[in-house]
Amino acid sequence: MEVKFLDYTLRVGGEAGQGLQTIGGALAKIFSRKGYHVFTHQDYMSRIRGGHNYYQIRFSDRQVMASKEAVDILLALDRNTIEIHKNSVKDGGFILYDSESIKKKFEGPQFIDIPFRKIALDIGKNSVMANTVATGAVLGLLDLGLDVLNGILRMTFEEKGEEITEKNIACAEAGYNYAHSNCTRCEAFGIPEPESRKLLLIDGVRAIGMGALMSGCMFYSAYPMSPSTGILNYLASRAEEYGLVIEQAEDEISAVNMAIGASFAGVRSMTGTSGGGFSLMEEGLSLAGMTETPLVVAEMQRPGPATGLPTRTEQGDLLFVLHAGHGEFPRVIFEPGTPEQAFYLTNKAFELAEKYQIPVFILSDQYLGESEWTFENFDLKRLIYNDYRIREKDLEGAEGYKRYRYTDTGISPLAIPGEAGKHIVVADSDEHDEEGHIIEDAETRIKMVQKRLLKKLPQIKKEIETPLLYGDSSPEIVLVGHGSTYGVMKEIVDIYSKDRKIAMMHFSQIYPFPELDRFDYIKLFKNANLVISIENNASGQFAKLMRTETGFEFTHQILKYDGRPFTIENLKEEIDAFL
Amino acid sequence: MPSFEDYEGQVPAWCPGCGNFQILSTIKQALAELGIEPWEVLVVSGIGQAGKLPHYIKCHTFNGLHGRTLPVATAAKLANHSLHVIAVAGDGDCYAEGGNHFLHAIRRNPNISLFVHNNQIYGLTKGQASPTSAKRTYTQAQPFGYLSHPFNPLSLAISQDCSFVARGFAGDQEHLKELMKAAITHRGFSLLDILQPCVTFNKVNTFKWYRDRIYRLEDDYDPYNRIKAFERSLEWGDKIPSGIFYKKDKETLEEMVPTISEMPLVRKKFSVEALKHEIESFY
Repeated sequence: MEVKFLDYTLRVGGEAGQGLQTIGGALAKIFSRKGYHVFTHQDYMSRIRGGHNYYQIRFSDRQVMASKEAVDILLALDRNTIEIHKNSVKDGGFILYDSESIKKKFEGPQFIDIPFRKIALDIGKNSVMANTVATGAVLGLLDLGLDVLNGILRMTFEEKGEEITEKNIACAEAGYNYAHSNCTRCEAFGIPEPESRKLLLIDGVRAIGMGALMSGCMFYSAYPMSPSTGILNYLASRAEEYGLVIEQAEDEISAVNMAIGASFAGVRSMTGTSGGGFSLMEEGLSLAGMTETPLVVAEMQRPGPATGLPTRTEQGDLLFVLHAGHGEFPRVIFEPGTPEQAFYLTNKAFELAEKYQIPVFILSDQYLGESEWTFENFDLKRLIYNDYRIREKDLEGAEGYKRYRYTDTGISPLAIPGEAGKHIVVADSDEHDEEGHIIEDAETRIKMVQKRLLKKLPQIKKEIETPLLYGDSSPEIVLVGHGSTYGVMKEIVDIYSKDRKIAMMHFSQIYPFPELDRFDYIKLFKNANLVISIENNASGQFAKLMRTETGFEFTHQILKYDGRPFTIENLKEEIDAFL
Repeated sequence: MPSFEDYEGQVPAWCPGCGNFQILSTIKQALAELGIEPWEVLVVSGIGQAGKLPHYIKCHTFNGLHGRTLPVATAAKLANHSLHVIAVAGDGDCYAEGGNHFLHAIRRNPNISLFVHNNQIYGLTKGQASPTSAKRTYTQAQPFGYLSHPFNPLSLAISQDCSFVARGFAGDQEHLKELMKAAITHRGFSLLDILQPCVTFNKVNTFKWYRDRIYRLEDDYDPYNRIKAFERSLEWGDKIPSGIFYKKDKETLEEMVPTISEMPLVRKKFSVEALKHEIESFY
């Protein structure tokens, strides 16, 4: 028996500056507080005013993790939105708009004309409240009640005083009632009451930020750059409460060198940027490698080269991050597929950075970074925190401390300058001896490369988890992907799994590349009829990496490089072409 | 009390007769006389002949990248403001490669001291012009002479209201030591530009050239007068003033960050328990 799930898509479109994020953000929060699972994604232009942007919310009674093209409700704040998106609206769907504001009347069963602006002026005495009316109207259409929205309005307008708050609440109610009584077909939605449950709603950048916070990161330096700025903003908003130091650097070169300086001084540190900024950080990355200073870097990809498409998405920097920085030194790259993975992998990034004294990357992109997902909970017991820093008490009775002491593991004691009694900590970007002083002799050079790189690598490799297999355990069709394509691939597997033996192989711990001894995924690929590599880039960077690391060559690839994420429909269409 | 010998590092690999030797021994003297122990000091450097100084002094040191001395030093100070942090750089290191960081360190005003070994030439890369080289300086890389106008670090710093601006001379160690002590004990970002000859590559600005020109600012000179300080910073030619040009009392970066007012960041204990409720903000 086929179980039909509730699964609706709401798209809010308009110009930059019209408050799409505020409306979309509020609605996403309302749905999740009501107990619905939510997935949001943002499509916007690199401008402060004008243009065309949209904020899409998918909500359901089960977890949703990708966007759909087909829309159930379109909330149009300008005429352009209707022109662009009306064909995406399903037959039974609705288009909410205000004909008076956009100066055009549309005919058809889908259109519900609501005087957002007039209601705002009549009731709120201010046209600014039109967005509150519109938000109320969406809820009225869905018959979802106003309780959560009223709570959000009270919080949002608390500082502006009682009068403004009450006017907004009245506007929301008027919008709600108008939509509710003017929508003749709304029972078609038949929204069932969701389970009573608490869901957390979080996007990728905040998940990374909270992961850092809960890993003991106390120093974050960055230069603002979309789409990494969300990490900076989140951590800055928590700085006072949790005692962090946040520094907006003068450029990315400074940002990475600051993170290294703070880490050298004993504080868990992180920097974040996008591809262009990371290009500037490369020498600093190499410095972290040479000085063996723990460093976590979030690289939130957007389409390049150069300035590229600043507000859009791509997985185009994988091989760049893998090869960035001159010289040879170990590194780890994580590419989370969900905000939940981003949270735990950021924690693991700090653990490995501190344990092995290496740079570790969280590689993500605009799509995951700015998409909100719902989860039942994050289990804080899964978080790892080991303090690898050496202090005075750890060095009691020790003879001379040597920052780069040769050890069996290649890992030298990492003392904190000034907190290690009278011991002296010396770090050097030149090749150096055990004490940290500049040398040029070949023998020391060889021993240091062995210590820094060759001895650590096999241990680091063992830390890497195998890729995630989802779906059939001996599949005929395998979808292979990495990072932010997780959600769309997983939903596609669910769609096909009714009549096909299909699975997804998702890589989130990308480098060192997962070894085959614990899970021979290559064997699984070879036993399948069709193995498709799916990537949000033009050259199939992961497929190249797979070939380099394992010799396996994908015969089928789906590559998307229009700066937009895969949607369920367009990925399915591409896969169908191979079937 | 620490002694000069407590700061003894490795044997320097500088050219015989280099002004760096005087600067190095003066730093050690200044630190010893201030009663600062080697484990209370962090010296951060970049790359260049000055950048090698950390290896020749015994204290915490971080010898980083060319030009990037100040970001590392600033962040280390934010992470542990109980350390005395001294940034050591050359004229190419600080004023060319690291020019942007120099500007912004002045603006941030961390309580660190910046000692710039200014020999008006590139030493490590063997003799190219530096930002402070005189116009029409001829080098292998400047066949028509250096065509840029020389950079005036003091004027720039004063124009940006830098908290402490001074010039010393490697050949006047007594004076240099007092300037270093003043810079280290100054509350705020202190720039000490130290003129020194490069005996190998700069045949013009020799010890004698400097000795013939350098004089100390008058005893009654008022370093709190910004306009006068700017005027004096423009003096360069037959007469070159040395001393503390400008001082301004202002809040330091660390003082303005409320989260480190009670203790250095590095001493804060972390427990995930204390953050448990953070997750509630996402429901």
